[in-house]
Parts: sequence; structure tokens; C-alpha cells
Amino acid sequence: MLTVRVNNTDYQADVTPDTPLLWVLRDVLGLTGTKFGCGIAECGACTVHLDGKAVRACSLPVGLLNGRPVTTIEGIGNDPLAQAVQKAWMDIDVVQCGYCQPGQIMSAIALLRDNPHPTDTDIDAAMSGNICRCGTYLRIRQAIHNAAGLSA
Amino acid sequence: MIVLPLAKRLITTAITGLAVTCLTLAACQPATAASPDHPDPATIARGQYLARLADCEACHTAPGGMPFAGGRPFEIPGMGTLYASNITPDPASGIGAWSDDEFVRAVRAGISPGWKHLYPAMPYQDYARMTPDEIRAIRAYLTTIKPVARKPPANAIRFPFSIRAIMIGWNLFNGPSSSYPDDPSHTPQWNRGRTLVEGPGHCAECHSPRNLTMGTSHSHAYAGAITAGWTAYNLSSDLKSGLGSWSDEALNAYLTTGHANGHGTAAGPMAEVISYSLRFMTQSDRAAMITYLRSLAPQPSAESQDHSAGPTQAALARGASLFAGACSGCHLTTGAGRQIDFATISGASTLKDPDGHNLIQVILEGSQLTTDQGQISMPRFGAGYSDGDLSDIAAYTLLTLGKTRPAFDTNAVSTIKNSK
Amino acid sequence: MNTPATPSRRHFLAGATGLIVAGLLPKRRAFSRPSEFYQGPLVENTDPAFTPNAYIRIAPSTIPGDSGITLILPNVEMGQGIYTGAVTLIAEELNVDPDQVALEAAPPDDAYVAADMGTQATGGSTSTIFEWTTLRQAGAAARLLLTQAAASRWNCPISDCTTRQGRVLHTPSGDSFAYAELATDAATLPVPKTIPLKPAKDWTLIGRSRHRVDSRAKVEGRPLFGIDIRVPDMKHATVAACPVMGGTPGDMDRDAALRTPGVHAVLTIKNAVCVVADHYWAAKKGLEALAITWNEGPNASIDTHRIYSELHAALAEPKPIIAKSKGDAAAAMTRAASRYEATYQQPLLAHAPMEPINCTIHIRPDSADVWVGTQVPMWARDSVADIADLPKDKVRLHCQYIGGGFGRRLEYEYVTQAAQFAKQVPYPLKIVWSREEDLTLDRFRPAYVDRLRAGLNTQGRIESMEFRVVGPAVVARWEPAGLSPNGFDEDLAAAISITPYTFPASRLDYVRREAPGVVTAWWRGVGGTRGLFVVESFIDELALRAGADPVAYRRELIRDQPRARTVLDLAAEKSGWTTPLPKGHGRGVAVQFLFGSYLGTIIEVDMTEPKEVRITRVTVAVDCGQPVNPDQIRAQIEGGMIFGLGTTLFNEITLSKGRVQENNFNLWRIMRMNEAPPIEIHIVQSTEEPGGIGETGTAAAAPALANAIAAASGHRLRTLPLLPALKGA
Repeated sequence: MLTVRVNNTDYQADVTPDTPLLWVLRDVLGLTGTKFGCGIAECGACTVHLDGKAVRACSLPVGLLNGRPVTTIEGIGNDPLAQAVQKAWMDIDVVQCGYCQPGQIMSAIALLRDNPHPTDTDIDAAMSGNICRCGTYLRIRQAIHNAAGLSA
Repeated sequence: MIVLPLAKRLITTAITGLAVTCLTLAACQPATAASPDHPDPATIARGQYLARLADCEACHTAPGGMPFAGGRPFEIPGMGTLYASNITPDPASGIGAWSDDEFVRAVRAGISPGWKHLYPAMPYQDYARMTPDEIRAIRAYLTTIKPVARKPPANAIRFPFSIRAIMIGWNLFNGPSSSYPDDPSHTPQWNRGRTLVEGPGHCAECHSPRNLTMGTSHSHAYAGAITAGWTAYNLSSDLKSGLGSWSDEALNAYLTTGHANGHGTAAGPMAEVISYSLRFMTQSDRAAMITYLRSLAPQPSAESQDHSAGPTQAALARGASLFAGACSGCHLTTGAGRQIDFATISGASTLKDPDGHNLIQVILEGSQLTTDQGQISMPRFGAGYSDGDLSDIAAYTLLTLGKTRPAFDTNAVSTIKNSK
Repeated sequence: MNTPATPSRRHFLAGATGLIVAGLLPKRRAFSRPSEFYQGPLVENTDPAFTPNAYIRIAPSTIPGDSGITLILPNVEMGQGIYTGAVTLIAEELNVDPDQVALEAAPPDDAYVAADMGTQATGGSTSTIFEWTTLRQAGAAARLLLTQAAASRWNCPISDCTTRQGRVLHTPSGDSFAYAELATDAATLPVPKTIPLKPAKDWTLIGRSRHRVDSRAKVEGRPLFGIDIRVPDMKHATVAACPVMGGTPGDMDRDAALRTPGVHAVLTIKNAVCVVADHYWAAKKGLEALAITWNEGPNASIDTHRIYSELHAALAEPKPIIAKSKGDAAAAMTRAASRYEATYQQPLLAHAPMEPINCTIHIRPDSADVWVGTQVPMWARDSVADIADLPKDKVRLHCQYIGGGFGRRLEYEYVTQAAQFAKQVPYPLKIVWSREEDLTLDRFRPAYVDRLRAGLNTQGRIESMEFRVVGPAVVARWEPAGLSPNGFDEDLAAAISITPYTFPASRLDYVRREAPGVVTAWWRGVGGTRGLFVVESFIDELALRAGADPVAYRRELIRDQPRARTVLDLAAEKSGWTTPLPKGHGRGVAVQFLFGSYLGTIIEVDMTEPKEVRITRVTVAVDCGQPVNPDQIRAQIEGGMIFGLGTTLFNEITLSKGRVQENNFNLWRIMRMNEAPPIEIHIVQSTEEPGGIGETGTAAAAPALANAIAAASGHRLRTLPLLPALKGA
């Protein structure tokens, strides 16, 4: 049994330590908002926060968590910055199929936490690890700018 | 990890080898028939430990295949393709029909049943430092492996290298001695370390440059060398490029996990060595290995040949952009591991080499490291990314994250691919 | 966490207590079921009160904020915004607040089969075209019946009643009923035959940008997709099919797989194996432990080079299918002052939607349930019925939101495969493919070779055009009845016969060559994407050869097509087409009529760095008829363009020894944010019938980009993808 702290709750998971956090979240804890896209940290669909930083859950063995707290898309609802980001996403209807968007949003929140007023270049550097197959990048960039304004 | 030197050795020794073959063959006698007994668990455990020290599984397992069933291809430029043999206990496809003595002779002398001379891709010249008793323990362990009734593909080796007996000639220059006595002027720990490094560990096969007969150089031992396209770094005590700058703690961490903070993560062939071999070493063996490595005389590495004007500003900008897309998922844009320390590349020897040798290699081939926390992988990058794209990524990585001026330009990857 | 009682008439799929797997540690869920109406997650009907047609259910609801109105959406949502469009069309006529209706995906049913699709299918940018009249009529019919029901309650003439915001109002008294309150009465009334629709001037929803109905649920990460489904006693599984088509599993180490912690079973079918476990990772480790040796079969020698060689060889075929003919193209060609020809090559393409292929399925002795994202729900259901040997009505297929389709889910072989595995076990099985499986076992957009030939007059103007298309006929496998009697796949005429251009004489020949070693399938933009690249590249070559401006040259060819001229001129104007560019920069143009919509596209590139192309600007003018939701039209063109540009630059599926080589995003490169160009979109106001939009931008990308590269560098690239050709140029 491994203990994982997710969204301020401790969970026991009966998995081997090499199991990526992604599958503990999705298949053991039922937190399916974090998505599986590639399994090799190339697409960012599985982005969650570890100690507040954006990480790829598909490439993070739970055995290496060492008690550090994890936050998923399901756990951000009360955070004002997260609310600003989600509102910005809805205001300009960023989503299309929406599958990558929890990961995009988790990356965006982590960016804005470190850099409340990012330039286009900052946004591109922080967000280009997140693939969107529907091609919503232009709106994601705009929504991040808008969220920076909303949360200012 | 053991491919290129073999080819070079064979080329230089083919002729002499042929001459000696006939004489030696005449003196040979067939071995006695096999009768495997039932070894005790302690012997099996000892054999497993020794098999791991000797890294048998890495070479004798095909990618995605059954352990020890062989079939892993080793492509040797100018010579052909060797396939690792099946060493599971299957009598027909593996080594189940071998006697213990036959096994010992194969591992220590490079001669398998029927007087078939092994190519020194199998490092018997190093394994000879293990005692016959130790080799029998390895045999005992291998009898417990699941038998796999599948023959590896036949070697596709060109004449004259296809004549195995030419190895006899090579053995005269580079082959094993009959015994390896301890050096009484050193501590038992040092002697144990030497045995591990020179024997089952066969470190010199990759980390030492080659001498004129393409055996491993003794005068420049462990000064580093290029093997199968990868640079095996300088293991001597040289402060600049050797292990002189490593703390014992860092070395210990690296040999245990494949990663040491500030020194990066083992990749390519070294990642295999960690995965299948070194991480299983006992603490005392690891300490012995470090003691011995520490005693190696400093040897300067060969200096980089600064052969290009280096990347343009535009190439570096493209590299930065590509890195943010393809690489930042693991390495952030700073070279720090995003989710795991294994992905921290800052400080790695790979990012201090102006030729970007292993950097380009790991981008093209990827890497797999097995740790106690599971498989740590880097994917290879190819289709969809042009050679220029990959060169630009490497140049950006080296300059920005490694603070090392790249001695290559946008054509680096094409050049490497064309040389293969 | 307690939840309010589930209302009887609705079953909130994503949040219903009964569907959450027992045994969570601790027993908590991602979301509590909303205590108020929450739009987005799909509901399933259990107790309709008023069902005037296949698209609307109305019944009283106890959920605060819930109008009690459920709309059944005939086409599946995979990002293209069709749920929002469908809700808009029904709500416009029904007079309800679009934010207050619950969403239900149409189950497999003949009622949802669009006449020209042959089955219930979402694809080919046909949804809005199909829904435009059907759904407005559905809304209008329901509103009429509800109004009649209210009038009879008030015992007043219908003319005293109006409808607004989901209520019928009695104008004289100001009394009103919510629709849900009238549902039972309305259900007794006969459905009218002819239904008057609102005139355009009365529209309050159509033609205005509206927020998507699924935005909130998607940004909150609600469980919406097939891959998110969790049902009681479900086990997780992953599969490996033989990577060489036609091969079968050989030796494998079952013991090693079963020893893997968490693994329950190893299942096999003819060409694939499946490892069942407590979670995906355990299944994946089990699959690795199997260390399967494949019996690769006869396709183990196929490589991409052979596929291309066969296509090129067929250019010389003496007896092609004459697919389309106008005038005497051959005679006009002979008479022409000069002739020009060019050959183009396009690669096999994977779909690679972000949501990997998955299917959750429970087969019992007497019935089955399937939870899956599919563009062809009836075929998927029928396939399960067939495998499970059950009557079709005993198989319930629950359509889910799709995390990207692009044509991949017009195939249902993954549902068939899932059924073959699931019938071997008593519990529900959730099968998720790895990305590697998703890419290498994809069904690919075919590779094509096209040869175009023009007969020209002394001014370089076209007298005759001959098109020769060589490649597979996807329709022959997908729906054999769709193949023309002469053996032509009509999809291949897109952008060739279906074109804004008028040629004095033309002929389209087709040589069918099925690719060995792969299954070929539809892909975003279908025939339009492949056809537009060759036609618009060729027209550009002819323009440059004639020394003409590429926009002006095209304008002559579309002189009798005012809608095409408008989008071409608008795109040219907005892009500053006539403004000179610095050396090394260039603009490329494409004009198209595909899926009932007109697009003019201008792409601007910077090629000042040798062998590098940077896309600096994209300008699109579109006339897709009456816009339903202008913002979603923009979104589809933006996204479709980026999808097309990335593919045009980077993507090609290659085979070596029968195996697909590009198996994850390290080798199948996707355009990323820092590569995406700015895209501006100008929508032409139009009252024509709506056209499709979801695939138009993708089709425009390749030709406009290749033309821009030619303009900037002088290099005409006739082979896709462009990156290898560019770097070698």
C-alpha cells in the first residue's frame, strides 16, 4: 500500500511503486479529469500539480512522490487563480473536443502562479509541451492573457 | 556497448588469426558430455548475483523478448550482424545440453562446444578473471531460467570474419591469462574492486581506448572511448573529464540508481549496465568498485576537434522553440527534471562535451533505465523532426543548459547518420 | 458525500452513484453529482412524458434550475461544436433557453440516419447541413403542441398564446405554464404534418455567437469521454494486435504476465491479445511480460517505398476508370498550344486524436452494454450484437463525448475487437489502447499519387484539364454500396469535379490501387483534403507559368461563381495580397468549394533562413451559407487550419517490414503552440443554406502553404509532407 495525497486527501493505493501517478488517479481513485494521451510526457494531457508545479502524471512513478501533495483538475475549484483561468477558458470558448484541456488548464495555472503577467513568449515556452490536436492554441494563449487580467 | 571495438579488432587480426588457427585446432579435444546436477539455493543465488555483475541479461535478451533467450542484434559496420545466443536451459536452442566444463570454457576462454570460437563481443577475456567455481555458479543460476525453445537468427557475418577460428589469433594478443592473482601491495577492498571492474564488470571494454591490435589500451586505461556511437566517459581520476570531480556519494548514487545530482543520468549503453547489472551490487562491492576506480591514474580525455563554426543564432532560436515543445515535458525549459530527478540534465557530462556526442545519440536513439522505482525512459526523436531540427535542439541544449559552446552546426545529425 | 435522490426520469451518466466503482480508497469521487441543473454531461432517458419526435423529450423535473427539457442530439460531439449547433437550432424554434436543456446523445436508431449517409454517421462535415431543417422542424413541432396544450387548458384560441424561455404565455392574462407542466397534455395531441418555421428576422439564436454547451464541463474535467467511464465490477485491460497486418500471436509467456501484480487474465483472439488487470498500468506491464513473438504472415515484407512505387507505376495504366468527363478533353488537349503536367504524391496519415482508442463493454448471456465514442453508433452496436450473438435490441450502446475524431471513429473495428475479448469474461471490460497501439494499428488516410495535365492556349490559359488519381477506394470497404457502378469512389472527385472552377473541357480518370499491408480509412477533409492540394498546387503552377498573378488567374476561372469570387477577393484584400513582401517571404493562395462552403485562404511565410519555413500569417475568408454560430465557425477554421498545417509539414506514416514506424508523438509530430501562426477569419454574411465547416480549414492548409513556399523560395514541392522535401530542397 502506498499513500498518495491528492486534493488534500490521503489515499491508500494498492499498486507497485513504479505505477505512474496517472493510473493511480484515473483507475484507482477514479479521478478521470487527468487524461491519458501518450504515456511519454510528450503531450501534457496528464498535467497535474505536484507541490504547485505542473508535472506530467504519466511519467511520475508514485514511488517517487515521497508524500508531496498532488492537485488535479478536480481539486482546483476553490482556488481564485484557477477560477479565473477556467472562466477565461469559458469566456472565449477555448475548448473543442476538450480532451487535452484539463492538462492545458493545469499548465496555465502553474504558469500564472509563477508569472502573473506572461508575455506571448512566456506563454509559448510554458505551454508548448501541451499538445492540442484540435488546434485551440490561439485561444489558449488569449485565455491566459485574459486570465492574467482577471486575476490581477 | 561492445560492438564497435570488436569489429575493429577483427579487421586488424584476421590475417594473423587465420595462420594460427590450424595449429591450434589440431591440439583440441572434445569435452566430456553434460550432466547437470541439482545445485543448492545458495549457489543459485550466488550465480544470479555474478550473472548480474557480468551483465549477461542485457546482451542475451532481444528488445521485448524473453530474458536470456538471445536474438539481440549487434550490427558491426563492415562485418555484418551478430545475434546474441540463447543461454536459457533449452537443450536444442539454448545451453541445456552443455556440460558445466563446456560452459566454463565458453565464458572464460571464448570457446563453446564443438570448438566454436566466440567473437569477443562476448567479453570472455574479462570474464576469465572470474574463477571456474564462480562461472559454475552462474551456470547453476541459468539452469533455473525459463527455457525458451527458439534459436536466434543466424549470424550474418562476412568472410573472412565468418571463420570463427580467426579469433584464436586475436586471443594471442588480447585474450585471457590463466590466472589473476591479487596485488598484495593493495588492500583486499581494492583487489575486490579491481576484480569487479576488470572482470565481470568488463568496464574497460567501453571506457578504455583501443591499442594497435584493437585490444583495450593499458597505457591509457579508462581514458574514455567511443563505442557503438556512444562516448563512454573517462573513468580515470582526471579532474577535468574523469571521476576526479565526483564525490564518493555521487559515484555511489550513480552506480546505484543511474543518476547523481549535478552529474545527470546514465543513458544508452550505460543505462543498460545500471539497469541489468550495477544496481544489484551489494554496498560493499560498490564501495570496492569505487575504491578501485579512485585509484586509476589520471588520463586526459582526447580533446574535441572543433570542426565547425558552431550554430547560428537562428539555429539556436529554433532549438529553443523545439525544445519547449518536444523536450520540456520532462526537462522543463531549464534542464531541471519536471517530475523526476532522473530528468535533470544540468551538470551532466553529456552537456559538457562540445561535440554533443551522447546528446545527439540520446536524441536519436532514446534511452531506457530500469530503477527500483520502475522504468525511466527517454523516447527517441526522428520522423517528423528533420536532421536539422534535431541538431538545433542539441545545440540549444548544450549552449543554454550545459553552458558549453557547441562545436557543431545544423548539419551535425545528418553527418552522424551518413557515417553510419 | 451524500447526494440528492436521483430523479426518476433522468440518469446522470457521469455522476450517478450506481456507476461509480466500489472499492475506492477512501470512498470519494471526483465530483459530487450536481445538486442543481448542470449542462454538459450526457443524460439518458428513462421515463419520457412528452416525446413529439426523436429529438425532444420534456417531463417535469425536481432538480433546481432544470427546465425538464432534454434534447437528443443526432450527431456525436467530437470537438466540432455540433451539440451547441444542434441545441441552437432546436431551441430557436422551441423557444427555450439553450443553457437550460439537458443533453442526450442519440442512441443507435434508424430515426437518426441521414438519407445520404447510409447509416447513422457523423462525418464529412454533413451534420449542420442535415440538422438545419430537421432540427428546426422538431423544435417548431414541439412548440406548436405545447402551445395547443396550454390553449386547451386556458380554453382560449391559440392566437392568445405565445412562447418564451420554455414557457407558454397567455397574453391577455399574463398567466403562463412551464413546458414541463404541459408535457403530459401535449403528449396526447397528434403531431402536425406541416410546421411553419420562423422567418430569419425573428431569429434570436441563429447567426449569433453563443457559448458552447460543453465548455464548463470540459474545463472542469468532468468525466465525459469514453475513456472516463467507470461501471461496477469493471476491470481494466489493454491490448496488442499483431503489428503486421494479417499476423497472429505466436509464443508468449502467459505465466510471466499472470505473475505481474494486479493482472487477472490473458485473453487472445485471432490477431491480438488482451491483458486484464486492476488498472491500466498493471495490464500494460502484463502485456510487456508476455513478450509475444508474432507470426507475422505475408505482409512482413511490405514497406512504404513499395506502396509509392505501385501508385506511381499505375500512372501508366492504359485502362483507367473514366470517372468524370466534360467536353472532349483529349481533343482539346491535342489542339492546345502547349501542355503542362505535374505529378503529386501524398502520404499515409494517422488520425491520432488526443483520446486514445478505448471501449468499455459488458457482455452478458442475454444482453450487453457498450460505452464508447463512435461516429457510427449503429454499426458499432450491430457489430457487438454479431460477436455476442445477441439480437440488436439487446445491445445498448451509450455514446460518449469523443476526444477527437478526425475520421478515426468512423471505424468501429476496435469495438468489434473489444466485444471479442469481453465475451470471454463475465465482468465489464474497459479496454484502453496505448498511444503506440493507437498509432500503429490505426486505419490510415491512403497514400495517393495524382497526375494533372493541362492543355493551354498561347496566353497560358486552360483549354483542357486531365486529372488522374491513383489510390485506394475507401468507400469500397467502408460502405460497398457507396462505390459507383463503374468502380469510382465519388469522394475522390472532391476539389476536382466539385470545384468553383470552370474548365472548357476536363476528364477525371481513376486507377484503383489498394495499399498492401494497411487498412485505409477516412481522414479529416476526406477527398477534399487530398484533392485540393493537387488542384490548387497545379493551378498555381499554371498561373506562375503564364506569368499571371495567382489570385487574378484564379479569378478568371471562377468568373461565374460569385460566392467563390467574394471569398477569394476578401481573403486577398484582408491579407494585403498586393502589398510587396521582402525577399525570402511569400504568400500562397487557395480557393475552394467543399462541404457546401466556400473558402479563400492566403498563407504568408518567411523563408529567409535556408531550408526553414516560418508561417507568419493566415487569412481566411469564408462563406458557409447562413452562419449558425459565427464564433464556432471561426474556431473550426482555426483548429482545422492548425491541424492541416502540422500534418502538411510533418506527417507521414511509413512501414518497414510490414510495421508502422511512427508510434508516438516523439515520431508523429504535432504542431505546437509556439509554431501556430496567427489566423484571421472573415465570415461573409450569407442567407444561403448552411454548409459544413469542420474540415474546410484542414483542406486549405496544404495547397496554400505549398504555394506560399513556392512564392518565397521558388521551390515547388509536390510531395507531402513538406518538411523532408523542404530540408532537402
